[in-house]
Amino acid sequence: MAHGHGHNPNEKVVYVGDSRIRKPSSVKPAPPDYTSFPGKSEAFIPNFLLKEWMAGVVMLVGFLVLTIAEPAPLGYPADPLNSSFIPMPDWYFLFIYQLLKYPYTSDQYIVLGTVLIPGIAFGALLLAPFLDTGKERRFYRRPIASSLMFLSLIAACYLTWVSWNTYQGELEKNGVVPEQIERAEKSKESIEQGKGRYIYGREKEVALVKADDPAFSIMQKAQCIACHGTELEGGAGPSLRGIGDTLQKDQIVDTITNGRNNGAMPSFKDKLTSAEIDQVATWLSEQKADAAGSSE
Amino acid sequence: MFKGMYNWIDERLDVTPMWRDIADHEVPEHVNPAHHFSAFVYCFGGLTFFITVIQILSGMFLTMYYVPDIINAYYSVDYLQHQVAFGVIVRGMHHWGASLVIVMMFLHTLRVFFTGSYKAPREMNWVVGMLIFFVMLGLGFTGYLLPWDNKAYFATKVGLEIAGSVPWIGGYIKELLNGGSIVGAQTLTRFFAIHVFFLPGVLLTLLAAHFFMIRKQGISGPL
Repeated sequence: MAHGHGHNPNEKVVYVGDSRIRKPSSVKPAPPDYTSFPGKSEAFIPNFLLKEWMAGVVMLVGFLVLTIAEPAPLGYPADPLNSSFIPMPDWYFLFIYQLLKYPYTSDQYIVLGTVLIPGIAFGALLLAPFLDTGKERRFYRRPIASSLMFLSLIAACYLTWVSWNTYQGELEKNGVVPEQIERAEKSKESIEQGKGRYIYGREKEVALVKADDPAFSIMQKAQCIACHGTELEGGAGPSLRGIGDTLQKDQIVDTITNGRNNGAMPSFKDKLTSAEIDQVATWLSEQKADAAGSSE
Repeated sequence: MFKGMYNWIDERLDVTPMWRDIADHEVPEHVNPAHHFSAFVYCFGGLTFFITVIQILSGMFLTMYYVPDIINAYYSVDYLQHQVAFGVIVRGMHHWGASLVIVMMFLHTLRVFFTGSYKAPREMNWVVGMLIFFVMLGLGFTGYLLPWDNKAYFATKVGLEIAGSVPWIGGYIKELLNGGSIVGAQTLTRFFAIHVFFLPGVLLTLLAAHFFMIRKQGISGPL
């Protein structure tokens, strides 16, 4: 290449001697000629991009509203021994998940479901330009390609819908609340009770305050522990550890005397004297997380 | 001053032609939503890229707090979601963005399909686009495991069992992704690496090829 020996005026980059040093060119590249396209063409940056940004803003507002209205779900930590959990992939895999549940795409025919059908569908999609080689671009003039696409779309939507519907049915049948919803509710409840945010596996067990108090032996005799647990840690009934944080003494007296939740917590006014009830309530109202922490 | 700086760089690197090539190419009327409202269907590709950028940025912030090990992964996500300022927004954007990018890419694919834009000479760009689609599905699958809750764990287990049912090579694929014979500590670190390094690397390469071809071939003409 004879860069040194006079240069082609059309060549933009001109090298002098050392190939790395350019002779500055006075010719500035001209903006492209817009007349070759019919209609109102315009420059990509900034003219067109600002218009596309309008579509972007519409989408972004929807996106942010969704993000703020609906926090990302989080269930409980993975437990491989949990046998009751109903597995569910993300929504855009549901069609293939459902496909594998039909008799001719599962068990001994599983290869049909996992390789053959998706392989043909996605293979055809990948190679579409080589299968649909006609010059015609309008979809209604390409009946085979278009109808195959419509059919696949309908099939995928149907499978997704069936999968989701089945899942909802199973949840209802087994009386299961999805973990992320249950967790969010427990967390909210826990915050309302002043116990701080609920973190699975990191619950703080509040110790009993004054465990040798005679009130506790009254409760043992009255069979409170049958429901509330031998150490009042909870069982069929709620835990009474730290109950003083949520209930006042007079509320506790009322609960023991009259019961609660239509008899789920029975009335004890016939089994205990009002003096005993008062003694128990006094002791329970002293069950506070702070006091338990300092007594340890 | 900026002009002076620009000229100084331009003298040495000759960036003007590159900038002209990126910025100054003309966009025809039939894809411009300002001229034809229905042309918004041509925006889905750009929107997909926009969300992809959001995914990359939000993902980079998530890795500041996320810990890819089976003891701490769940609690780091919990912490990120509830304790970190704006953590719930950043994780929310990454979570919903993952779905939205699939939606937008799907709509973009349908637009290209039904306008017959994949026809000669643009076959290669369609194939690259489909590869981007598969990479995105891979990103969705690997990202789903990372919070390490029951939903993540069991969905991944099912997914890997499906991969394992492929004849001959299925067992190898499953073991490669699992990092052993069970879904466990190795699986989580592998999925993390695939989600954060391998697939984004492939994705960016494919996107570069996609945009290069669009620039070379121009957008398909009006129907």
